[in-house]
Amino acid sequence: MIVELFSATVLIGILASGIRLATPYLYAAVGETLGQRSGVLNLGVEGQMLLGAFASFYVVFLTGNLWLGVFAAMIVGAIMGLAMAFVTVNLQAEQGISGIGFYLFGLGLSDLLFQKMLGTVETVSGFSKIYIPFLSDIPVIGEIFFQQNVLVYVAFALVPLSAFLLNKTTLGLKIRAVGENPEAADSLGVSVAAVRYFTIITGGMLSGVAGASLSIALLNVFQQNMTSGLGFIAVALVYFGGWRPWGVLGGALLFSMVNSLQLWVQVLGIPIPSDIAVMMPYVLTILALVLAVSRVRAPSALSKPFGREE
Amino acid sequence: MRERLNSAADALLPVLATLAALAVGAVMLLILGADPIQAYGAMWEGAFGSTNAIAETLVKATPLLLVGLGICIAFRGNVINIGGEGQMVVGAILATLVGLNLSSLPGWFVIALALLAGFLGGAIWGAIPGFLKAYFNVNEILSTIMMNAIAVQGMNFLLRGPMIDPAQQQLESKIPQTARLDEAFQLPRLVPTRLHLGAGIAVVLAVLVFILLWRTTLGYRIRAVGQNPHASRYAGINVKQHIVIALLLSGAFAGLAGATQVFGLNYRMITDGSATGFTGNAGFNGIVAALFGQLHPIGTIPASIFFGAMLVGANKMQRVVQVPSALITTLNGLVVIFVVSSEIWRRQRQQRRLREMGAASEGGPPDVPDEESKVAESEVVA
Repeated sequence: MIVELFSATVLIGILASGIRLATPYLYAAVGETLGQRSGVLNLGVEGQMLLGAFASFYVVFLTGNLWLGVFAAMIVGAIMGLAMAFVTVNLQAEQGISGIGFYLFGLGLSDLLFQKMLGTVETVSGFSKIYIPFLSDIPVIGEIFFQQNVLVYVAFALVPLSAFLLNKTTLGLKIRAVGENPEAADSLGVSVAAVRYFTIITGGMLSGVAGASLSIALLNVFQQNMTSGLGFIAVALVYFGGWRPWGVLGGALLFSMVNSLQLWVQVLGIPIPSDIAVMMPYVLTILALVLAVSRVRAPSALSKPFGREE
Repeated sequence: MRERLNSAADALLPVLATLAALAVGAVMLLILGADPIQAYGAMWEGAFGSTNAIAETLVKATPLLLVGLGICIAFRGNVINIGGEGQMVVGAILATLVGLNLSSLPGWFVIALALLAGFLGGAIWGAIPGFLKAYFNVNEILSTIMMNAIAVQGMNFLLRGPMIDPAQQQLESKIPQTARLDEAFQLPRLVPTRLHLGAGIAVVLAVLVFILLWRTTLGYRIRAVGQNPHASRYAGINVKQHIVIALLLSGAFAGLAGATQVFGLNYRMITDGSATGFTGNAGFNGIVAALFGQLHPIGTIPASIFFGAMLVGANKMQRVVQVPSALITTLNGLVVIFVVSSEIWRRQRQQRRLREMGAASEGGPPDVPDEESKVAESEVVA
């Protein structure tokens, strides 16, 4: 049975589903990267994802319009981000704990709405595969990369886009300045509050889409607590990736590939206890954090509220 | 006197924040088409309306208090322990192993040993992220969350395989649960309710944690490290060591919470695949309770009862006004957000006080915790 794992079909299957599974991590972790580079740790990602997943699923369930679903997820994520920004920027609340508050809020509310508005587990027909002309015909590579749904492509496009935003634009410079030295940025006339509002709200929108990528693209159902810790892993991936979008991509892929391998191991009935297999990515993340954190430095002002009078 | 008034105002903040959260909850109830007064009335009725209801409230409050005590220690040491869920699970597993394998020994002895095993299991699960934070600079929020997931999968593995009830092993169903504990090993109950000795143990421990934090050198050092690690280092305190100790103790209390759930309530471990299935989210809600209790062990007692009441009352509310009890998780989240947000007023008042003190004595703000004011604060809260 172990031998089956190394057949071409299975390997391609593992890689292709690994790419697909990286999607929710990428949306959430790229959004979180923006926030953390500006000095805000958003631990509420999981809650934003759940609400985004529910909103998009419900809209698609009612209208059948997938893009409207994505839009709904973005709006809900943005509202959650706005609330988080108000609490952490204006009220200068402890970010880690208020994030847990937003997580519990999203966990409870998505469950509540699910029970009240849907009642049972329904399914929708989500985003289907798009075969990129020519590229999808390339053997192996085409199957792995170019036969995915649109949310997968967008997720991967976000990586260079956010890297460009952070490193090559004025806005990116402001984000980094606010995250490294808010006092200096402030004295140069950069509005710390405005920059953080922007990154947290954008992060919220992306977390919402991360949820949508589960409920209307990957799984096409909504269930209580369907993210089951995925949002927290996305936060860990930001540390793992050294606060750089390309690093985050590496982490997301490592994580999703291990996950995909684990799923295929189960499908093929290879006698490794599935619980232990599911455990492995988490052990891996802790090990990765040990290695990653000692290698790169976090933004200096990360999780420190900024107040002018101090 | 003024100091006391200020402290009283500080203690009032979370109450106001909670009222605000409940007000938002009322709006949500209205939107859901339920009468908030009727809903909250049903909650009150469900939580305190009968002897049995009160007992259930205290049963729910017990793990919250135990986890919350650990949170008091950790957060006072400025370590954020989100790993209560996993620490509860590991504590419960070790305790259950003791209970299932030492069947020839006297009951009280096995119970004591099992609770100790729970304490130890949680301590180990807390010490690992503590060690990683102290010596490898790994963010403890993330590592404790990962440790939660690892603990859950470990539990699932053990209950499906090595620790499965031999009776289930024979059956087709193979429900992932352990064998039932011997009757002699069950924590005494206050019949006819489900209230068990765990609640009493938790209250006694709350007093002990208070003594630990404010009457011992170890507690003083943990708080000093929490308030100002640099000053503490200059004062000769081993900062890294105290970070590990804070998380270790924090985990230990959560582990004990897990053990009392098994020995006081369920008499076996059973898993539905998630942590919540076993903990009932107590690992997170304990944080809420501790914050609400101003991170003070004694204050955490009424706070735990309050949240225990919310959880128990939620079921009644669900029956009376047909609003899913998930509303309570939502409300808990709001309480956390509001309580943490309200801290700004306390800080502002504190800064004003420091400025006034500074103007009077020309001295800078104290770097290490000021014993006098802390004691005064704790007296008011108590």
